[in-house]
Order: sequence, then C-alpha cells, then structure tokens
Amino acid sequence: MSVTYLEAIRAAQAKALADDPRVFIYGQDVGAFGGAFKATKNLAAEFPGRVLDAPISEDAMVGAAIGAAIEGMRPIIEMQFADFSAPGLTQIVNQAATLFWRSQMPCPITIRMPSGGTAGGGPFHSQSLEGIYAHFPGLIVMTPATAEDAYSMLLEAVAIDDPVIFCEHKYLYYHCKAEALPTEAMPAGKARIARPGRDLSVVAYSAMVQDSLAAAEELAGEGAEIEVVDLRSIKPLDTDTVMASVARTGRLLCVGEAWPWGGVTAEVLARVAAEGFGLLDAPPQRLNSKDTPIPYHPSLWTVHRPTVRSIAAAARNLLRM
Amino acid sequence: MADMLQILESQDAKAAGLSPRDQFMLGFRHMLLARLMDDKMASLYRGGKIQGGVFLGRGQEALSAATGLALKKGDVFAPLIRDGAGRLAFGEPLLEAVRTYLGSPLGPMRGRDGNVHRGSPRHGMLPMISHLGAMISVVNGVLMAKRFKKMSGHVGAASIGDGGTSTGSFHEGLNQAAVEKLPLVLVVANNQYAYSTPNERQFACASLLDKAAGYGVTGHEVDGTDLEACLQTVGEAAARARQGLGPQMVVARLLRLCGHGEHDDASYIDARLKASPLGRDCLQAAEELMWRRGWADEAATRRLRQEAAQLLEETLAVVQREPAPDPYREDWRPLASRHLMERFETYPVMEAM
Repeated sequence: MSVTYLEAIRAAQAKALADDPRVFIYGQDVGAFGGAFKATKNLAAEFPGRVLDAPISEDAMVGAAIGAAIEGMRPIIEMQFADFSAPGLTQIVNQAATLFWRSQMPCPITIRMPSGGTAGGGPFHSQSLEGIYAHFPGLIVMTPATAEDAYSMLLEAVAIDDPVIFCEHKYLYYHCKAEALPTEAMPAGKARIARPGRDLSVVAYSAMVQDSLAAAEELAGEGAEIEVVDLRSIKPLDTDTVMASVARTGRLLCVGEAWPWGGVTAEVLARVAAEGFGLLDAPPQRLNSKDTPIPYHPSLWTVHRPTVRSIAAAARNLLRM
Repeated sequence: MADMLQILESQDAKAAGLSPRDQFMLGFRHMLLARLMDDKMASLYRGGKIQGGVFLGRGQEALSAATGLALKKGDVFAPLIRDGAGRLAFGEPLLEAVRTYLGSPLGPMRGRDGNVHRGSPRHGMLPMISHLGAMISVVNGVLMAKRFKKMSGHVGAASIGDGGTSTGSFHEGLNQAAVEKLPLVLVVANNQYAYSTPNERQFACASLLDKAAGYGVTGHEVDGTDLEACLQTVGEAAARARQGLGPQMVVARLLRLCGHGEHDDASYIDARLKASPLGRDCLQAAEELMWRRGWADEAATRRLRQEAAQLLEETLAVVQREPAPDPYREDWRPLASRHLMERFETYPVMEAM
C-alpha cells in the first residue's frame, strides 16, 4: 500500500501529536475542516483541543506559536499557502529567528508552508520562498522531495529546538508516493545522492529533484550519466556532499523552482566556485523560474518554472562545454 | 541565580497582598528608581558611554509601575520602551537593566541586544522586538500554552502606545486574544505622539477605547498621570482577566515628557499640551499625594531618593567594571541546535598570511 507525500505529512503530524503532549497545530481551517489540502484531516477529532482553527492572522499565528514555545510547547503552524507567510514575516524573521540568539531561549516551532506551483495557481498560490527564509540567521529550512522525507523530516522539525520552515511542495502532495512510511531517516543537513552518475551533477531540492531525475533518465538514453543530489534541507546546506559530487563529475547544474535573483541556486554556485573552483571542468550553471510573478495559465506556467525538458537541455549544454 | 531570586522575591511580596497605601509606596519607589535610572542613562548617552539609543519613560512611570505591580509570579509581561518602572515592579533586577544598557556580556542579552530590548523569557519577561504590536500575540501564545498545560489564574500584560495601535500586529493580536478569550491585559499609553506624529495623524476614532469595543474587548480608561488611579484601573483590569472575563484593554491619557529617544529634542510637542493636565509629571504628583495623605513627608521622600540614587550608583559601579563582549570569544551561533549550524566563518576574519 503506497503513501502519498500529503498522506505522509498528515501521518507525521498524527504521530507528533500522539507522541508528544507539547505538540499542537494552529492554522486557518485546520480543525474540523481538515485544512485546505486536508493535511490535518481528522486530526481535530483524533486529538480534541489540540488542532485549532486560527483567524486569518498570519502574524498573530506565528507570534502565538513563539509564545507557546517559550512556555514549553512545540507548535506546528500551517500556513495555508507559503505565499501567505508574507504577512507573518515579521514574527518569523524578527521574533522567532532572533529569540535564541538574543535571550538563549530556544524557539521550537514548525511552520509548514505549502510551496511551489501547480497549474492554475497563479501569482499568489505558487511561490517558493525558501530562499527568503534561508537568508535569515536563526532558521532551519527544510525542502523534502520525497514522501519518505516529508514524513521523517516533519517529525524531525517538530523535535528540533529551533524554528523550522518546512517547505512542502504542493505538486508533490498527490504525485509523489512512497511504498510505506519510513522507520529510519537521514538527518536534516545531509544531502542525498538521489541518482549516481559520473558526467554531471544536478543539485536540486523539493519538486525539482523529481524533474531532475526524469531529465537524468532522459539523458541516460543519450549515454550521459547524470548524478542527482537532493539537498533535502537548504539551511543548513550540505556543502560537503555537493562538493564531493562535483569532484566526481566536474560539472554542476543547480536547479530551483524559486526566482533566479539570489537564493539557493546562487548560494550553491557561490560555494562551489569559492571552495571547489579547481574541481570544475566547466562553468557552473543554474536553472530557475523566470524572473516574473508566477503566471496563471497552464501554458505559461509550465514554461515559467524549470521543466524536465529545460533541465535536460541545460544539462546537454553543460556537457558540451 | 541571584537574579532569579530577586524576581521571585518581588513577585512573592506582591502576591502576599499589600494595602493600597503600601502598594502606592511601592509603586512610587519603582517610579523613582526608574526615573533616576533614565536620567543616568541619558547622561551616560550624552557622555558617549552608551552606544545606540536611550529611551526614557519620563511621564509614563505611573502607568508602567501599576502594570508591573498588577502582575504576579507566573504571569507574563511584554513591556515596551518606556516601561523601566514596570519592569522593575514586575521584578527585573536593576543590575540586568544597567548591564543591558551598557552591553555587558554578563547581562541577559550579553551585548547581543541592548537598551530596552532586554528580557528573561524564563521568568515571564519577554524581550521586546522593535516592531510594534508584535509582542501581543506572543503573550497570547504564552497564555494559550498555560491553558494547554491546565495552569489557571495567570494573566499576561502587553504594553503599547498610541502609534502601536495602528499596526496590523495590534489588530491581529487583540482580535486573537478576544477569539481565544485569553486573560490578556493590553495597556495602551496614549502619550499623544508616536515619535513626532500626533494623534490626529495616527487614528480617526474618537477614543482608542473604541478599538477595544471593536474587538469585543472590555475597555478601561484612566488618567495616566495619577498613580493611584493607574493602580486601581490596571489592577481591576488584571483582576477581571484573572477571573476569566477575557481580554481587557486599558487606555491611559498622558504626555511623553521627553523625546522619543535621547537623540530627539521633542520640539514638536505642543506647548498647550505641556501646560494641560496631561502634562503633569506623574512622579511629582505621586510624591505630593504622599505628603498630602501623610504617608510620607518631604524628608522621607528625600531619603527614598537618596537610597535609590545610591543603589543606582553602586549598580553602575559594578557594571562599569565589567568587561565588554569579546568578539573572539563570542559564540557566534544563532541556533540552539548546534549540529545544524551552517559552516560560515564564525570568528572575525584575519588577514591571510
């Protein structure tokens, strides 16, 4: 029996609630309704009083989570969409992220952010904001690419004594499945070789791992062995695994669904260029979405973000360099 | 540990219950100490001994002290920049206040944050961030957690000014407290100006109390220059919250008798306001009331002043001998989870070779 990425997220929350009385869930429509994506389906009934509907107040939702964490709880906040975390930005980056540094008081909160595009999502229901949050010291940013990681990393997020931005990809909710829920897992901060190869390293995270794997399969038919590195968490970012991969292949393509200015792909390239310049046989490349707001119509949206086709094309170009 | 004991002792004394006279006297002493500390910090700032800013509570000490005194052990307090008196009344050790202003690594913020941004969350004193209104929902969260933990009888207080009532965070926080029926006491010091912006450019409702009504919250109004009235009103608001009657909002009328910070000469403050009852100095008014009531004579209040000044001098002498933070020994880590730190340079970069 298989488990979808979304079911894995729900199962992780159920386990966190069952295992730890300090855990509660707070977010818009997460109660009896079960959440906009049903990630908290039935949890309010299974755990009475611990899955609470919030008013449409992202700032106050996060602020309350911080206060509850100070008082010893381990709240999980569901942002209905990552895009709507913007009104809560102050609390996340100025309050949660600075609390431990300023006062030595840990701030164990998990903020779930349904991220990334789906067809028809448009400008305000499609954003990938992991790079924004990773920029601020004091936050952990997780970007699971598989149903197994969605489960184990969410449980890890709840256990971590720091604020965790948990970027779960909406496209993967239904399209990504695991055979079963994992019983053991790699820790956050460790990247995974999703597919070994010797000709080129594609470093990706979240849904782009799946597209990169498909592109690697396509290129395998052309005789190119592509290594795909799944970052899993982008902060901390596992530079060692990336560097080791680049040492094997000599070529780096970093793929992210977020906008191109700054962000994760720029960070990976900067680190490889600064610390592994001598390992490179070709200029490091990156592929992001277009530098515009995210379009509504599927025919525009599908080419706005990196696709299997554009990843494969970028890889072919890089192999020729 | 000594600091914690000091906080708990102060809170225990309040929990024991004081007569109105004793409570007034206690309030006066906190106001006096806060005023003297403010004056000293201002003079150190002008002498170049304090970096950053110095923000005074001059004119707001009565309201602030009353807020601190309305709280008990186990309560939570989110003070703002003009709450020196309230912090002391809640139980903040003077030593920690002075250490934070001078950036001592032995203070609660260890030089990482300064001046009014100090706190000790473990003792219920939240360290404010500068974004106004942001602390209200944090107090709500502490109160929600206490409810999860089946702890009853506790309240949380948050301070805000007239300007802060215009923020989205204020709205979200007060609405959240009302929806959750939390024992929040929101204390609004309407000091007539937000930095330089007067009330008429800040809000258009007839009274800030209208905002309480708008959220379904009980409002209380008080003359913020009158310590006795502040003790009465804030005390009653806290008692109502403690009884489970939901969030309470206190709006105090007063005037800031200083600039926004010590960098600001406050030349924009209307002379007519200064001459009005709003411009009365709450500390002087409290002292005169004590004389009139026969609770203390001039000699007694002079003695209290001397004691407070001496305590301040002694504390300052201790802190001024403490070392500055050492950037080479600083633990440059913003995470409690040390294993999840990024591997950036964590020490000042030295010139290579």
